[in-house]
Amino acid sequence: MSDTATDLSTHRSLLRIERVASQGMIALRGGLGSAALGKGLRKATGLAVPGLREIAHDETGAFGVAWMSPDELMILTPPGVVHETIAQLHEGLAGNHATLADMSDARAVFALEGAPVRDVLAKLCPVDFAPEAFPAGAFRRTRAAQVAVAVWFTAPEAARLICFRSVAGYVEELLCTASAPGGEVGLYHR
Amino acid sequence: MLLLTCPHCHVTAEETEFAPGGQAHLKRPQPEAGDDAFESYMFTRPNPMGVHLERWRHAYGCGKWLIAARCTVTLEVFGTYPAQTAAPPAEIVKKIKKKRPEWEAPA
Ligand SMILES: [Zn+2]
Repeated sequence: MSDTATDLSTHRSLLRIERVASQGMIALRGGLGSAALGKGLRKATGLAVPGLREIAHDETGAFGVAWMSPDELMILTPPGVVHETIAQLHEGLAGNHATLADMSDARAVFALEGAPVRDVLAKLCPVDFAPEAFPAGAFRRTRAAQVAVAVWFTAPEAARLICFRSVAGYVEELLCTASAPGGEVGLYHR
Repeated sequence: MLLLTCPHCHVTAEETEFAPGGQAHLKRPQPEAGDDAFESYMFTRPNPMGVHLERWRHAYGCGKWLIAARCTVTLEVFGTYPAQTAAPPAEIVKKIKKKRPEWEAPA
């Protein structure tokens, strides 16, 4: 992971926006219902296969598993243990049909924090961000303006957003523009 | 604006989260069928005003292909089902027939 966190603090924004410097991300494709996959995942991360469009974290928050599609999970790890975790998963899944790929450098992660976070996201994504409709633990793949993203909430007023690294600059500008002071919409946050 | 429910990830999303993929349930002719059959398979589409069975991909979501039964005039959606389905499911045909008795499922 070659990136260092971008300093977005000088930008005037209704939110605190930060590029997360290093987040381990592993793509796991396979039959999510298979016992072997569940067992291998639990052994490597301590977590079970999440439910439909959900994300689960362990107690420390170091590891996470997100439901990407009916045959794909995204595993979040601390940056230092990606290879180790992949090796453990390979071991646990030996003899089963599954694919593992280190995606840490393929994607960029943004941490967004502030009371109007749901309003800012609602400007960019065609998604109902009301707290009842989008609670903690929900994981949604969608688009932000013109590019694919995935969003989840780590607290009622804090979200994480991931996108492909190649469009990270575009997403950074989107987030800054949508969260600029004067752009309050008062949809969820009044 | 269409609202489609993805039969794979069960999210109901607006159409900009999906990419259209054209007419569903096309049958590829056998190799010996000749040029005319292949030309028709490649290019000839009925483009109906009314009920249409149409392929879509949940491009910005789970990435999977689905088929939507919808009306091209009113944009009413009768239902969606996975693209790995050879013919429209009976319950969807029934739903369409109830509102459009003259409609016939493609052979
Ligand atoms: Zn989907």
